[in-house]
Amino acid sequence: MAFITANWNPLGEAFYRKTELYEMCWTLRDGLRDSLVAAAPYGGPIALLRESHRRSPSSRPQLEIYSASGVAIASFPWKSGPVVQLGWTVSDELLCVQEDGSVLIYDLFGSFKRHFSMGQEVVQSQVLEAKVFHSPYGTGIAIVTGSSRFTLATNIDDLKLRRLPEVPGLQGKPSCWVVLTQDRQTKVLLSNGPELYILDNTSCTAVCPPGLSPQAGSIVHMSVSFSYKYLALFTDTGHLWTGSSDLQDKLSEVDTKKTTTPKQMVWCRRPKSQQPSVVLMWDRLLMVTGVCNDTIQFPIEDPCVLVGELDGVRIISSVYQELLQEVPLVCQDIFKIASMAPGALLLEAHREYEKSSQKADEYLREIKEQSMLGEAVRQCVEAASHEYDTSTQKSLLRAASFGKCFLTDFNPDVFVSTCRELRVLNAVRESSVGMPLTHTQFKQMTLQVLIDRLVYRQFYQLAIEICHYLKIPDYQGVSRVLKHWASCKVQQKDLSDESIARAVCVKVGDSPGVSYSHIAAKAYECGRTELAIKLLDFEARAGEQVPLLLKMKRSQLALSKAVESGDTDLVYTVVTYLKNEMNRGDFFMTLRNQPVALSLYRQFCKLQEQDTLKDLYNQDDDHHELANYYVTASYREKRLDTRLSLLQSAVDEYNKAKNEFAAKATEDEMRLLRFQRKLDDEKGAGLLGLSLQATMEALLALGLHKQAEQLYRDFRVPDKRYWWLKLKSLAEKEEWEELEKFSRSKKSPIGYLAFIEVCMKCNNKYEAKKYVSKVTPEQKVKAHLAISDLEGAADAAIERRNDSEMGAVLSRCSASHQLLIERLNRARAAAAKK
Amino acid sequence: MSPLDRIANVSILKQHEVDKLYKVEYKPVMSTSEQLCFLIRPRIQTVKWICDVVNADKTAGKCRRYKLIFTPQKFYACEAVLEEEGIFGDVSTDEWTFNLLPLDEDILSLELPEFFQDYFLAGDQRWVRTAGTALHLLHSLYGPFSKVYGIGRCSKMVYELWREQVEEGEQKAHQAEIGKVFLIDRDVDFVTPLCSQVVYEGLVDDIFRIKCGCVEFGPDVTSSDKSVKVMLNSQDKVFNEIRNEHFSNVFGFLSQKARNLQTAYDKRRGMDIKQIKAFVSEELKGLKQEHRQLSLHIGASESIMKKKTKQDFQELLKTEHSLLEGFEIRECISFIEEHMNRQVSMIESLRLLCLLSITENGLLPKDYRSLKAQYLQSYGVDHLFTFVSLRQLGLLVEQQPGDTLTVMESKVGKLVNDKTAGKLTDAFSSLAKKSNFRALSRKLSLVPKSDEEYDLRVPRDMAYIFSGAYIPLSCKLIEQVLERDSWTGLEEVTRLLNGHEFAAAGSSGADLSEKNDAQRIILVMFLGGCTFSEISALRFLGRERGYRFIVVTTAITNSSRLLEALLDNHV
Repeated sequence: MAFITANWNPLGEAFYRKTELYEMCWTLRDGLRDSLVAAAPYGGPIALLRESHRRSPSSRPQLEIYSASGVAIASFPWKSGPVVQLGWTVSDELLCVQEDGSVLIYDLFGSFKRHFSMGQEVVQSQVLEAKVFHSPYGTGIAIVTGSSRFTLATNIDDLKLRRLPEVPGLQGKPSCWVVLTQDRQTKVLLSNGPELYILDNTSCTAVCPPGLSPQAGSIVHMSVSFSYKYLALFTDTGHLWTGSSDLQDKLSEVDTKKTTTPKQMVWCRRPKSQQPSVVLMWDRLLMVTGVCNDTIQFPIEDPCVLVGELDGVRIISSVYQELLQEVPLVCQDIFKIASMAPGALLLEAHREYEKSSQKADEYLREIKEQSMLGEAVRQCVEAASHEYDTSTQKSLLRAASFGKCFLTDFNPDVFVSTCRELRVLNAVRESSVGMPLTHTQFKQMTLQVLIDRLVYRQFYQLAIEICHYLKIPDYQGVSRVLKHWASCKVQQKDLSDESIARAVCVKVGDSPGVSYSHIAAKAYECGRTELAIKLLDFEARAGEQVPLLLKMKRSQLALSKAVESGDTDLVYTVVTYLKNEMNRGDFFMTLRNQPVALSLYRQFCKLQEQDTLKDLYNQDDDHHELANYYVTASYREKRLDTRLSLLQSAVDEYNKAKNEFAAKATEDEMRLLRFQRKLDDEKGAGLLGLSLQATMEALLALGLHKQAEQLYRDFRVPDKRYWWLKLKSLAEKEEWEELEKFSRSKKSPIGYLAFIEVCMKCNNKYEAKKYVSKVTPEQKVKAHLAISDLEGAADAAIERRNDSEMGAVLSRCSASHQLLIERLNRARAAAAKK
Repeated sequence: MSPLDRIANVSILKQHEVDKLYKVEYKPVMSTSEQLCFLIRPRIQTVKWICDVVNADKTAGKCRRYKLIFTPQKFYACEAVLEEEGIFGDVSTDEWTFNLLPLDEDILSLELPEFFQDYFLAGDQRWVRTAGTALHLLHSLYGPFSKVYGIGRCSKMVYELWREQVEEGEQKAHQAEIGKVFLIDRDVDFVTPLCSQVVYEGLVDDIFRIKCGCVEFGPDVTSSDKSVKVMLNSQDKVFNEIRNEHFSNVFGFLSQKARNLQTAYDKRRGMDIKQIKAFVSEELKGLKQEHRQLSLHIGASESIMKKKTKQDFQELLKTEHSLLEGFEIRECISFIEEHMNRQVSMIESLRLLCLLSITENGLLPKDYRSLKAQYLQSYGVDHLFTFVSLRQLGLLVEQQPGDTLTVMESKVGKLVNDKTAGKLTDAFSSLAKKSNFRALSRKLSLVPKSDEEYDLRVPRDMAYIFSGAYIPLSCKLIEQVLERDSWTGLEEVTRLLNGHEFAAAGSSGADLSEKNDAQRIILVMFLGGCTFSEISALRFLGRERGYRFIVVTTAITNSSRLLEALLDNHV
């Protein structure tokens, strides 16, 4: 603990420290010499391609991919053309820029994903140099070709190549160049001898860095900071100019007294940096240069690679990996020797407290007197987040927790979240995982991205545990991990379909947001149709299942799934698809096994394709439906002959279906139609299409009694119906004599009360009366009442000694029938006695 | 009145520069507008009509913009038609997820009358999802539900689709406002909607047809030469008091009301000028309004009386009651015959036939044939199809000798119990559907003993909505299940109803304690429509047992709507 400042080096106001991150797990035969190296920022993976000097076509250099801690992830011989540059995209994909301008993309595990080209003209002129850069738009590539032209692509996922204008007087490649992203524009800054140019989409402008001494010479190396805000230029006389990247302001100019060009030059800053500085690396020397004239120098033994980070520089050598960074202000406050900052005092107080010394109280009092305890706790928490060493983290957090006890209204959120985040960070920093993220970087990249990266590296278990630990909603956390895991699982060639499906089902279960159809689609992409079908079984949403099944040509299965889902729309989708895909016979057979689909298709046909409907019934030997079809068709037909022939077909089919009733009814209909036409032709009666009843009515209305009679006999119309009909018809025409004759023709099957009622409806009381005597005794009272003959009704009721009938008569009596009422009441009483 | 009128009436649409409104039908559109917008249900027939309109414009060289808005959702089949007719590129389509229309404080309607024939007759399950979505909507607003009961295949599907949506979506926890849900298929109880309605609201619906909570009273009611459109809901004070009353009480109530109104008017006599001023500004408007409503309802009641007495309404009711009780069936059959022979009404005859068949568990083959033949003679042979549809629904069937099919089917059902086999037997089950009404009626004592006098003024049970002759089966089931809080003890009943009952605990997080007020609020969802009488019965049950029922229905139905839906099926 006491030596925490041992590796601090002062530079102007600030301190710099170099912390060891890992002892590298790899064993490299030739170190990093003569290799193309690409290490992704944010503790990303490292790619290594040994460069062959001989350039013989037979040599097959090995491309190796390691985690940041040097754990081998993939290794394979490079079989394509010579590589100019390696780089990583934001989603951990490896870009290999070849001499001929083609760019090959590999995933983290070295499997080829896709490729694209930087333009046709490059094939001839060849790529001289390339740079991979990151901007808000994604990962970009810039190249300079043998014909001294620059080509840019700002986002490789949405490839748009831009050829930049020519640079005057440039032969071959420039002495140095960088890509800048400013004001949503991507530009190239390059130096050619003493000249400095800015290239944008349309123009090439000569520029001059402000305040660069005239004797400084020409620029041979340049570097832009992580945030694209600052620029460093190194001249052939050893001068280092630093300033803003828009070349408006100068920060400083330092004479490094080195005339050789550095191998690498990287900005070393952190957000809210006190002292922006640049790290330069020569063969055996590492130099940190700040804006003041101070420098720090470290000797180095091995060739190293510098990786610029958001808050420092990672130095990767063949043995170690170190982080060089400015010591954060809060750490300085706490750990600076003899610091009186509240955090430092709190740390000291806690240390004394652990020793059970009363000094703890003194320190605490001192902080409290200045009422800085809250600040002290905050400092300790913040400092802990910046420390890489776990024991330092612990002692700071314990001190914070100790100080917290003396505060009443301290919000514990920051403390708790820092503890949690540090635990996660420590877990991913483990050498086996190999993501040396600082807290600042973690905050910048967000937890979501961290989980994505763990998933890319297939650390599923760790990712899930982090999700659980940080209580991320399943939707955003666990489910995403599982989805990726499952998509990866289905690609494992060595496992059987059955076991993969089971494994996926067990793990994924019912996690919200994981779509089995998505996983199945992946399996299908890998050519594992059977597995895909198994997986689709787990998919609850048929809307997702069915389209994929159709794609896989499992139409039968798709149909039954669609039917099961109860989603009519889906069934239609499948049916329409099948209709177009299959031949008719097969299609009908398929439908036959699916009654629901069949009935839907029938409905569709009824409206859209009548003829198909007929075929469908024919195929099924469904005589009944076929008959119905003919009948329906007959209604649409205007011409009688066709209509009759359609009905005849219907009769045949009904007979085949053994539906005698329907056959008979249809035959009757045909008979009726013929009869109607005959009469229409003879008398112009306009009967065609009427029902039997309506026909008879019309005939009677026309006075064609004989013909009506004929229908009555031919069609075996029930007597009652015919009597009602004739009765009404005669009454309506007021043919009272005919009516009377008719009533006497035989005993009325509908009784004679009906006659009375019909007459009364026509307001003919006189005629109605004629039938009163004919009604049955039961209806006598009603009959009298119907013609409003209360006396008669009363007589009848009394005669029948029927109480309810007498009541009925009474209810019709009004005050003027006093006598009648008395009589009825008497009779009622008498009847009741008995 | 259409649902659209309830949401955006003509004047609102005009404000938004709608030039003219048309009903979508098989007819060319005569309009000079440059844009046509069609708001339609996703039906192939309707889309075809629109295709004709567009194609006619095309041949006439007219250039217009067309927009199709499907509600509640787009269907693939409709788009396929657009494609086949070659106008897919000429129209733009959109969806309007309109699910529920509140008709009153306790009635929500999906306004999908076609649900009934689509699902129960054609076996088309397209609206089941819509119903599930509607339930989900209510759940997300007023849930979580503590318990869900249901009976019927469709109910089960709706329940499952709803659960699916609950599981997919994210749950927002809030105070439950609706406790329990009861889902019921229309085909569980066909008897109730087939009976003549005698409660005021139902009667008004039967005679004047209430559309979307609004009725149009003709000149005979208004006693002027104009028709009047009236909204019938709880806002109408007079209506609110008589809607659930048996019709025989309505006149008495109305005359009482008229007297009260008169006394209120009479108050102004003997007032000084100040009081009159206050009276005019405060009370008069309300009184006038009430007066207007009162005179309308009196007019309506008179008109109902006139119509009903003309048709021997009492005889008709007597027959219905005998059928429900199972007495004097022969007399009933001859009444029906006479009804047909006299050509009283096409729908009414059919209704009586169906009622006869359901209550008698099918007709004897001899009766079936003769009645059918007579019906065909009366109304034309094309009604063969109507009978096919009726048989398919189990509304009008011939008794099978020995009921072999049913026996076989129940055996198959026991042997094969998995999902697909269940679906396969679907198609057959309706053919062999037995109503078992008589047995059900005994089990649940649906028909009160006839020898007791039933005082309709003071109803003692839900039977009052049918003059004390019959307790609606659907409502009785709801009552029984709520009383038991499960289906236990009703096994025999559900067996007679062909099963498919279920009871499930609702979503987790629901407060189950009975004390909670929300537990007294019960959502009843009728799949395939419900009648006003049933709603009245539930209101009565709610008052008796301290529940509050909210009725969700695919549409308000009655006997004529039910049967008319089956008439034009084959055209």
